[in-house]
Amino acid sequence: MKIRIKFAKYGVMKFIGHLDVMRFFQKAVNRAQIDIRYSEGFNPHQVMSFAAPLGVGIESAGEYMDIEVNSMESPQAVKDALNRTMVEGIDIVSVIRLPDHAKNAMASVAAARYRITYKSPEGQITAFPIDTMDAKLAAFYDQPQIPILKKTKKGESVFDLKPGIYEICLEQAEDLFAENPKQKPAFPAISMLVDASSSGNVKPALVLEAFCKFCGVELTPFSCQITRVETYTSLAKEDGERQLVPLDAVGM
Amino acid sequence: MRRKLALSDEILMQVEKPARYIGNEVNSIMKDKTKTDIRFCMCFPDVYEIGMSHLGIQILYSMFNSWEDVWCERVYSPWTDLDRIMRKKQIPLFALESQEPVKIMDFLGITIQYEMCYTNILQILELSQIPLYAKERTQNDPIVIGGGPCSYNPEPIAEFFDLFYIGEGETQYRSLLDTYRQNKAAGGSRQDFLYAASQIPGIYVPSLYEEEYHADGTVKGRKKLYDRAPDTILKEVEMEVSDTFYPLAPVVPFIQVTQDRVVLEIQRGCIRGCRFCQAGQIYRPVRERDVNVLKQYALEMIKNTGYDEISLSSLSSSDYSRLDELLDFLIEECSHKKINISLPSLRIDAFSLDVMSKVQDVKKSSLTFAPEAGSQKLRDIINKGLTEESILEGAALAFAGGWTRVKLYFMLGLPMETEEDIRGIGDLSNKIAAVFFDTVPKDQRTNGRVQIVTSTSFFIPKPFTPFQWAGMCTKEEFIEKAYQTKKGIMEQLNQKSIKYNWHEADLSVLEGVLARGDRKLAKVIEEAYRQGAMFDAWSECFQNEVWLASFKKCNIDPEFYTSRERREDEIFPWDFINCGVTKEFLLREWKKAMEGCVSPNCRSKCQGCGARQFGGGVCFEYEDQN
Ligand code: SF4
Repeated sequence: MKIRIKFAKYGVMKFIGHLDVMRFFQKAVNRAQIDIRYSEGFNPHQVMSFAAPLGVGIESAGEYMDIEVNSMESPQAVKDALNRTMVEGIDIVSVIRLPDHAKNAMASVAAARYRITYKSPEGQITAFPIDTMDAKLAAFYDQPQIPILKKTKKGESVFDLKPGIYEICLEQAEDLFAENPKQKPAFPAISMLVDASSSGNVKPALVLEAFCKFCGVELTPFSCQITRVETYTSLAKEDGERQLVPLDAVGM
Repeated sequence: MRRKLALSDEILMQVEKPARYIGNEVNSIMKDKTKTDIRFCMCFPDVYEIGMSHLGIQILYSMFNSWEDVWCERVYSPWTDLDRIMRKKQIPLFALESQEPVKIMDFLGITIQYEMCYTNILQILELSQIPLYAKERTQNDPIVIGGGPCSYNPEPIAEFFDLFYIGEGETQYRSLLDTYRQNKAAGGSRQDFLYAASQIPGIYVPSLYEEEYHADGTVKGRKKLYDRAPDTILKEVEMEVSDTFYPLAPVVPFIQVTQDRVVLEIQRGCIRGCRFCQAGQIYRPVRERDVNVLKQYALEMIKNTGYDEISLSSLSSSDYSRLDELLDFLIEECSHKKINISLPSLRIDAFSLDVMSKVQDVKKSSLTFAPEAGSQKLRDIINKGLTEESILEGAALAFAGGWTRVKLYFMLGLPMETEEDIRGIGDLSNKIAAVFFDTVPKDQRTNGRVQIVTSTSFFIPKPFTPFQWAGMCTKEEFIEKAYQTKKGIMEQLNQKSIKYNWHEADLSVLEGVLARGDRKLAKVIEEAYRQGAMFDAWSECFQNEVWLASFKKCNIDPEFYTSRERREDEIFPWDFINCGVTKEFLLREWKKAMEGCVSPNCRSKCQGCGARQFGGGVCFEYEDQN
C-alpha cells in the first residue's frame, strides 16, 4: 500500500539538510514500528521517496514523502505513531492512503508556494525596507522577461524567470508555526507561487534577488526567511485547464 | 518553549554542518533547569562527528540524566570555521541541550581519548571563557574534570584540570556529586570541595601535589601539599558489568557520524596482554556481560534509536565466551528486522568466516589481520599470539569462501626490531597473495584478482605497558623504516597485488612525547595552542613547525621523552596511579620481551598481573567453575 505523509519542518530543524532529513525519517519509521516495505536484493532498503528537496535554512509547512507499507491499522495510526517519535521542528501534518496507480511524490510535484519575510538587524520580523512595495512587486512581475544570470558548469548563462513565476504579491501573513495556535502573529511577506517541477524548478531566493535588483536595494545577507507554504501537483480538469492542488489532495 | 539557539541564523548559515551545534537530537535530554541542582557538561574535545561516536559519553550521559537532581549536557569542539567566528564575536561556548554557556555549569567533564586532542582541551576552556590553569579559576568557574585513557598519565595536562577521575565512571560519580552538593550547602569554597574530593576513591586532584625532578630531568618524587591527599590513586572499576548503567536510548545524531549505529559493548578488558597495548593493561580484568542481558539491550536499543545497523564493541570480541550464541541471536533477529550487523575485527577462522559470510557481502568486504610485526621472533617479543601458519590458513579459508580483499596491519619501530623483521612484512604480504594464486583456481577467482592492503603505523611506547621503558624511534628512523618496508614490498613476486600505506611520522613522534610526558610539558602545550595548534589529530590541521618552535621556546628537548630507554628503577610521572597491574609485572614482561619469551593469556594461565585485587572477572573464572 502506498501512503503519503505530509510534514512541517521549521525552527532549528531548518538547519538539517535534505539527505539528513531522509536519514532521520528512515530511523523514525523504524522507531514508530511502521510495517514499511523493503526493496528486494542483497541490500534491501525502505521504499521511501521525497517530493522536493528543501534547501538548508528554508522552513516548510508542506513537505511530502511517500512510503509503501505491507500493512497498517489506519493512516491516523501511522500519523500518531510517527508524531510520537518526532523532534521539535518536525511535525507530521497528515497521512493519506494513495491509489495504487498514483505517481510518486517527486514526479507529481508541479508548483510550490513560498513566503519570504524580512528580519530587522535586531531579529524582529518587520516590513521590508522597500517603499511602495506592492506597486514595485506588480511592476516587477509586469516585465515581459525577468532575466537572471545562472552559473552553470560551462560558465554563466541568462535564464528567464518569468514563465516559472505564476503569482507574486505582498500579503499579510500569519505565522505558520506559532506555538500558540490562538495567537498567530501576522506580518508582511512576499508570497509567490512558482514552478517546482523537476524540469523548471524556480528557486525563491533567485526571485528575491531579481526583485531586489529591480528595486535597486541590497538586503543584508541572511535577513530574509524563506518558507515553503505548500507543494502542489497539477490535475487536468475536464476543460483541459490545469488545476493546482496540494499533494495530499489526491488520496483515496 | 521553542528552542533558542546560541548562534544566530547568520552564523549557522555560514558554517559547515550547522547540525553540529543545534542539539535537539532524538533521545537528547531536556530538563527543567530550575528543578535540577547540578548541571554537568560532558565534553569530547574533537569535532561533533567524532565525539558523538564515543560510547563512554553516551554511558555517562544516560547515567547522569537518570538522576533527577542532575542535568547532563554535551559539548564538542567547534570546527575551525566556527572557532574563528566565536573568537571574533566573543561568543561563549555553549552546551548543545540548553544552548547556555558552559561557564555557568557546575562541572565540565572532558574525556581524553588521545594525546593529540590536548590543544583542543585548551580550545574548549578558552572558548568557554574558563581560565586555562586550574589555579586561576574562581568560585564561579565550573569544576573541570578529566577522564578516559589519557588520564592514566595526566601529568602533561594536570595543571589544566581541577581533578581527574581515574577509571570507569559508573562507580564514584554519585559520591563526587553528593560531596559537591554537601560542600555547596555548607557554604564551602572551591578549595574545600577539592580537598573533600581527594578523599573519594579514584579521584586525583593535581593541585595537591608537586612533581620534583632530578638534575637530569627525570622524576625524583612527588611532594604532597595536603596531608590527607592519597599517595597513590587506584583506578575505579565496575565489576557488575551486567547490572549497571547502559545507554538503552542513546542520542541519535542528525548528521552522519563515525560510529552511526547501535553499539553493544559485550565485555571490558582483554585477556591477551600484547606488550605494546595500553588498553590491554589498563582495562583489566576482563569482565563479560551476560549474554541474555546483551540480547535484551540489543533489541531495546534498536527500537529506541531506529538504527538499521548494530555493531559489537570490545577489545577482542573473539574472546567473548558466548559469542556464537550472541551472533546466532542477532543474525536471526536482524534478518527479519532488516538490520545490518557490522562485525568488529574477529580472529579469522572457520567460525568467524561463516558468520561474516552471513552478514556481509563477501565480494565487497575485506578481511583484517593484525600481525603487528613481520616475523615470528618479533611477534613473540610483543606477545602477539598470532602465527604465520594461522594467518595463512585463515587466508586460504577466506579465499575459498570468496573473499579477495585482505587488510594487514603492522607496526614499525617496535623494540628490538631488525631489518629482517621489516622484510618480513613484505614477505608475509607476498605469501598471502601466493596463497590466493595457489589455492583458488583461475575460473573461480571472484573479481579476478587478490588485493592486499598493508598498512604500518609507528610504534609509540605508552604508560602502563611493558614497553613503557622502551626508547622510541626518531622521525628519521621511522621514515627510513617505512622506506625499507616499501622497498621490501616492491621486491616481492606478487607486489602488484599489494598496496602499502604508512602513517605520518611527525604526528607519531609528538604523540610519543605527550604520552610519556610530565608536568613540564604543560607550558609547551599552552605555547603550541597560543601559536595556533588545534585539531592536531587531523592531518590537514596538524602544524609540526608550531610544535617544534614551542618546544624550543620553552627550552624543552622532545627527545628526552621519546628516544631515551628508561632505567629499570626510573620513577615515571604516572607511577602514582595504580591501574591494578603492578609495575613488577610490567617489568617482568619487559624482561621476558627482551628474551623473546611469550606469556600465555589470562584464560590459559594467569600471569599474576595484580588485577585480581578487584575481586572478579576472568581472574576468578576458574574458581567459579569448581
Ligand atoms: S590477575 Fe591473572 S587472570 Fe587476572 S587479569 Fe591479571 S593475568 Fe589476567
